[in-house]
Amino acid sequence: MEKQYINLYKQYHETIKKHSSSLMNVSRDASFALFEKLGFPTTKLEKYKYTDLTDALSYDYGLNINRLDIPVNPYQVFKCDVPGIQSYLYFVLNDGFYPVNDKRNDELPESVIICSLREAAEKYPALVEKYYGKLTATKNDGLVAFNGAFAQDGFFMYVPENIQLDRPVQLINIMRSDVDFMANSHNLIILEKNAKAQLLVCDHTMDDVRFVTNRVTEVFVNEYATYEHYKLENTHNRTTNLSTLLIDQKASSIVLGNIMTLHNGVTRNTIEIGINGEHCETTLCGMVVGDKNQQVDNYTSIRHNKPNCHSTELFKYVLDDVSKGGFTGELYVARDAQKTQAYQTNKNILLNRTAKMRTKPQLEIYADDVKCSHGATIGQLDESAMFYMRQRGIPEKEARLLLMFAFTADVMEHIRIDALQDRMKMLVEKRLRGELSKCEGCVICQ
Amino acid sequence: MLEIKNLHANIDGKEILKGLSLEVRPGEIHAIMGPNGAGKSTLASVLTGHPSFEVTHGEVSFHGKDLLELAPEERANEGIFLSFQYPVEIPGVSMVNFMRTAINEQRKYRGQDPISATDFLRLMREKKELVEMDNKLTNRSVNEGFSGGEKKRNEIFQMAMLDPKLSILDETDSGLDIDALRIVANGVNKLKRPDNATIVITHYQRLLDYIVPDFVHVLYDGRIVKTGDKNLALELEEKGYDWIKQEVGSI
Repeated sequence: MEKQYINLYKQYHETIKKHSSSLMNVSRDASFALFEKLGFPTTKLEKYKYTDLTDALSYDYGLNINRLDIPVNPYQVFKCDVPGIQSYLYFVLNDGFYPVNDKRNDELPESVIICSLREAAEKYPALVEKYYGKLTATKNDGLVAFNGAFAQDGFFMYVPENIQLDRPVQLINIMRSDVDFMANSHNLIILEKNAKAQLLVCDHTMDDVRFVTNRVTEVFVNEYATYEHYKLENTHNRTTNLSTLLIDQKASSIVLGNIMTLHNGVTRNTIEIGINGEHCETTLCGMVVGDKNQQVDNYTSIRHNKPNCHSTELFKYVLDDVSKGGFTGELYVARDAQKTQAYQTNKNILLNRTAKMRTKPQLEIYADDVKCSHGATIGQLDESAMFYMRQRGIPEKEARLLLMFAFTADVMEHIRIDALQDRMKMLVEKRLRGELSKCEGCVICQ
Repeated sequence: MLEIKNLHANIDGKEILKGLSLEVRPGEIHAIMGPNGAGKSTLASVLTGHPSFEVTHGEVSFHGKDLLELAPEERANEGIFLSFQYPVEIPGVSMVNFMRTAINEQRKYRGQDPISATDFLRLMREKKELVEMDNKLTNRSVNEGFSGGEKKRNEIFQMAMLDPKLSILDETDSGLDIDALRIVANGVNKLKRPDNATIVITHYQRLLDYIVPDFVHVLYDGRIVKTGDKNLALELEEKGYDWIKQEVGSI
């Protein structure tokens, strides 16, 4: 399985490098060597035991290492379906940043930089060098290593000190290809002291071919900065979505992550947050609606390395048919991280006997003055609540829907963009009703 | 309006109702009393179509329709309301959304258009006053974090909203202090009309001081073994159920 990619790299690494930036190339060979050693992750690894990638990676995917133009203008074909959302809008088309072409983005404060990572590496080498690869360097992970070897570009955002963005930045990952296709991209996001930004990442697929995406995002949240990361996946069943989100939090920073999977094929999200300063606040939420043969695995890790920080984690899954869910909640509290408060909850509803959920809280606590809790449940809809509603004249189907919707409500409460929250509620309700919840611009979501 | 003939019902294979018969006409209030385990709550569950109970024998007709053929929501929309002994908490479903859905389902069942926003709000306000319900409660999720008394008050509020033909009050007095009891009973009495009826299931006579029944039935071992007027309740209060058991045992 790995062999074709190893050969590809050996044969074409010069081409890959030529179409990337020298900064990204510095660690490329080392990443490749690590991938050669590790290979793709298998279920034998503890971290990957809930996701079997064998089938997804067995197909022959095209890679666009020559950076050939893809004949589509996402600004023209894609209409964001979140009414009333005022956002700065950017696209990563397959594996490359799409040149900005939208009036709305003119209002972005001048000091804020949003562009392709490749361009940033050339224009602001000192800045990129300070951060690029700093979080991935310590990861002994086959997918991250693969990304390091093959990713040539990605999204770059820099918010300088004391700049607080007045509206969300929206990054739309669009997959467009006539043949089975694999995309690797690397995003780098930096918030300086007391900066504030909200990023909404949407994953969409436009063609009915097999897709693999392997995206790595590094986020640096400096002192007193606030960063919100929303990820909304709405892809088709033949998509394998592999994502790694690595966040570094400095003192007194606030981070909110909300990872929502409404429709997909096979998804593996790795989210690792390092709390590396005191008085931080971290909220990590997620929600999955799965049916048919969808698979979603969220591997999360929150590391409290410093004292006096709070973290809250909340993930909810609603699974039907033969869908499969996985959740790992790794929580690490270092010996010096006294007065840590960390709460983790994972609740799951299985709507029938064939859906499967596997969940694993994993707490490692080395400090003695902490408050930590975790809870994981897997159950069915509350039958007594169902009967109560039916006794008030609400039909069984509608009662089920109300209960499922209510179940996901608290995750949606953690969306701090009002227009997005309203839209999400509508999308979730449509999804739970069994209607397609696709956005207008998404051509195929079967 | 309601006719129960020789009703037998099981739960998990165990027979609880063993040939119960009862007729309720419009305008009447029936009290059903009896010792623990007699089958009082089972009767309420069977009449409302709880899926855990199986009817093995007998008939129930409601306004001429075979009630046992109908799903719980159809029975509700035909006009049967149960004030639950233990109202269920439904986190995440707001009272307002719940009530609006219920009202509109009832209207749909009757071939009417959904209620307008202003009419709905007016109705809510009016009915809240009836049971002196706090505004804060209707802004919350259904029964979530409500005290025992608030839950019971909420049941009567819902009853007022849905305006049923037959209300079944299952141990509505349990867990109520004397003031709450008066408010709840007052609400029930105000909803009383010549064209609707009420079945009051209770263990104690206390509630019947406020909601005065036309008939008092004693349910024992799955059957109605004695029927009288409101004085029967007083007699039971005074003498307990043992004399009934002896009377039945001697037959």
